[in-house]
Amino acid sequence: MYQYNDFDQAFVRERVAEFRDQVERRIAGSLTEAEFLPLRLRNGLYLQLHAYMFRIAIPYGTLNSRKMRQLAMIADRWDKGYGHFTTRQNIQFNWPKLRDVPDILDALADVEMHANQTSGNCIRNVTADHFAGAAADEIEDPRATAELLRQWSTDHPEFLYLPRKFKIGITGAPNDRAATKTHDIGLRMVRSSDGLPGYEVSVGGGLGRTPIIGKVVREYLPKADLIPYLEAILQVYNLAGRRDNKFKARLKILVNETGLDEIRQQIEARFAEKRAEWPPINPGLLAEIEAAFTPPVFEPAAPVAPVLSAGLRSFIDTNVAEHKQPHYAIVTVSLKPIGGTPGDATSHQMRVLADIAEELGHDDLRISHEQNVVFPHVPRRHLPEIYDRLKAAGLATANIGLVSDIIACPGMDYCSLATARSIPVAQEIAETFADIDRQRDIGPLKIKISGCINACGHHHVGHIGILGLDRAGVENYQITLGGDATETAVVGDKTGPGFAYDEVVPAVERLIGAYLDMRTEPGETFLETFRRVGMGPFKAALYEEVRSDAA
Amino acid sequence: MSVIVTEAGFAADSWTHEFLPFDVFWSGQDLPEEGLAVEFPNDREPADLLPWLDRVELIRVAFPAYTDGRGFSIGRRLRELGYTGRLRAVGPLIADQFRMARRVGFDELEIPDTMAARQPEAQWKLREQGSYLRRLTA
Ligand code: SF4
Repeated sequence: MYQYNDFDQAFVRERVAEFRDQVERRIAGSLTEAEFLPLRLRNGLYLQLHAYMFRIAIPYGTLNSRKMRQLAMIADRWDKGYGHFTTRQNIQFNWPKLRDVPDILDALADVEMHANQTSGNCIRNVTADHFAGAAADEIEDPRATAELLRQWSTDHPEFLYLPRKFKIGITGAPNDRAATKTHDIGLRMVRSSDGLPGYEVSVGGGLGRTPIIGKVVREYLPKADLIPYLEAILQVYNLAGRRDNKFKARLKILVNETGLDEIRQQIEARFAEKRAEWPPINPGLLAEIEAAFTPPVFEPAAPVAPVLSAGLRSFIDTNVAEHKQPHYAIVTVSLKPIGGTPGDATSHQMRVLADIAEELGHDDLRISHEQNVVFPHVPRRHLPEIYDRLKAAGLATANIGLVSDIIACPGMDYCSLATARSIPVAQEIAETFADIDRQRDIGPLKIKISGCINACGHHHVGHIGILGLDRAGVENYQITLGGDATETAVVGDKTGPGFAYDEVVPAVERLIGAYLDMRTEPGETFLETFRRVGMGPFKAALYEEVRSDAA
Repeated sequence: MSVIVTEAGFAADSWTHEFLPFDVFWSGQDLPEEGLAVEFPNDREPADLLPWLDRVELIRVAFPAYTDGRGFSIGRRLRELGYTGRLRAVGPLIADQFRMARRVGFDELEIPDTMAARQPEAQWKLREQGSYLRRLTA
C-alpha cells in the first residue's frame, strides 16, 4: 500500500484548510455560487436531489482496514450509517451537511485519504484493475502507474478547467477488468516485441448520451514516455475540445469530429516537443512508488480441508477467483444482496470487511468498478472462516458475475437528473432470479441499469443494458443487448421500443428464457449466444408477447 | 477599469504602450521599436508567434470566463516555446486561480474592478501549497 510521505501529508492538510477558507468566502459572499461550484466539485461535493452528496476517492480502488474503518466512522458520525460504492472506485455519502465537509475532509486526511478531483471538469480519480497485484494474468501491477498519475494529475495547474470531466483507467493485464475502453484515456499494459512493458493507449472512450468505445491511438508507448504523452493528449484536448455545448465537450466528440488520424498527428507532434523538454521523472520518487506495490509476504502452502458445506461450495464457485499463488485466492464480496441497493454497505459491514482483511487477508481491500469489495490476497485455508463471518454480516451473497450482480446507478431515488427509477428495477430482477441454482444455470450475465441518458450505470456495455427514460411523464425503459466492457469492448444494440416500468422485469425474463432455449450447451454464455445468433431471435422473443397481446 | 494582481498584491496598470491585435504580425503594419505588446485571443496557436517571441515584451492572454481554461495551456505553451517576456492573463479570474496562473508561467493577472472589490487584495495572497507537478521531475 502506498503510504503518504511528508509532502502528501502536508498537501492534503493544506487542501482541507483551503477548502475551509473557500466555504467561508462563499458564505461571506466573496465567491458567487457559480464561482464556488468548480471549487466544491473538485473537493467531491455535489448538490443532489435531497441534499449535498459527498464523493470520496479510493485511488485505484485500494484501501486497508484503517481506511475502511474511518469510512465506517464517517458514515456513523456525519451520515446515516451507510455509504455507497460507485462504478468509479469512489464512495459516496448522500446526507452530509456543507458545514461538516471540511471536518470530514480532515478525518479523511487522518488516514491518508481525500476527495480531490472526484468531480468537476478536471482529471478524475484514476481507476485500475481491482485484481491488481493478485491476478494470474498480470504483466505488471498497474497501481504504480495509477499512483504516478494520481500525483501528476492532482492540482495540475494547466488542467483544472478542462472543457469537461476527464477519466483515465488502467489495467495491467491483457484481460481488461477495468473497462479501460470506456475512459477518455484507457491504458492497457502490453509488452514490446523485445519484451519491455509499456502501454497501449486508447482515447475518446466514454458512455453517457453518446456511447463510444475508445480507439487505439498508440499501439505501444514505452513506460518512460507516459507523462509527456498524456500531457500532449490533455493539452490538445484543453485547447481544442468544444466549450460551446456541454454535451459535446468530452474528448470522444473531439476525436470523432477531428478524426483519429488527425488527432493522432496532433498528439504526436505535441508529444515530440514535450518529450524533448521533459526532464526524466525523479528516479527516487518512482522507486518509492514502485516499492509501495511490492506483493505481501505470502505464507507457505498449507493443506486445505475439503469443503463440505454446500453454501461455502457455492460461494467458492462464484465469488472466488484464481490467485497467482495457487494456495491463495481472490475473494469478491457481493454488495448486491437480493433486494438490496447495489453498492451500499452499512458501517457495521465496513467494519466486518476491515476486520477480515486485517486478520485473514494481508490487510488489503479493493473496491471494484462493479461496486463490489475484493479481498485480493486470501490463503485458501481461511475461506471457511471468511465465509462464515461474511454470512453473519449479510455479505455472503454468492452471485458474482451472475444475473443478480447488477450495476445500477442511484436513479430517481437519489439523483436530481434521473428520468426513471433504477434501484427498484435492479431489486426486482434480483428477486425474480433469487434462486441461486437458477442463476448459476444461467451463468455469467452482466445487467447494467441507468436512470437517465448520462449512463452512470454503464448500461451501454451491459450484456443486457436497461436505460430508464421519461416519455411524457411516464417511465419507459429501453433495452440494449450485447454490450461488453472488456478488452472486446462494444456498445450494445437497441432492441426496439421501450417498456413500461412493470413490463421490464418480464421482458428480461423473456430474454433469458430465449437464451436458455438457444444456447448450444450450458457452457455457452448469454453474450456468446447473442454473438452467434444475432439480434433477430432475441428481438422476436422480446416483442412476441407484446405483439400477441395486440393481436 | 481593471486591477493588476501580482504576488506583491494589487496595483494599477504600469504598462504605458499600446496593445496591438494578434494579427498585427501579418497585416504588414510597422512594429514599434520598443514596448511591443500583443493581445492573445484564446483560440489562436501559440507557435504562430515564434518568429517574434524574442521581440515581444508583453502578451495579454484572454480568459473570457473563469471556467474557460484554454489560457492556462496557452500560457504554459508560450513559456515552453521560450517566451521570457511579461505574461498577463486578463479576464474575470477568481483568487483561487492565481496559483494555477503563476504555475503555468503567468506573471500577473488583470481583473475587473468589480472582482477586485468583491475579492479584496488579501484573498489573492498565494497559499503555501506544494506542487506535485514540480516534484515529479525535481
Ligand atoms: S445515469 Fe442519470 S440518473 Fe443515474 S446517476 Fe447518472 S445522472 Fe443520475
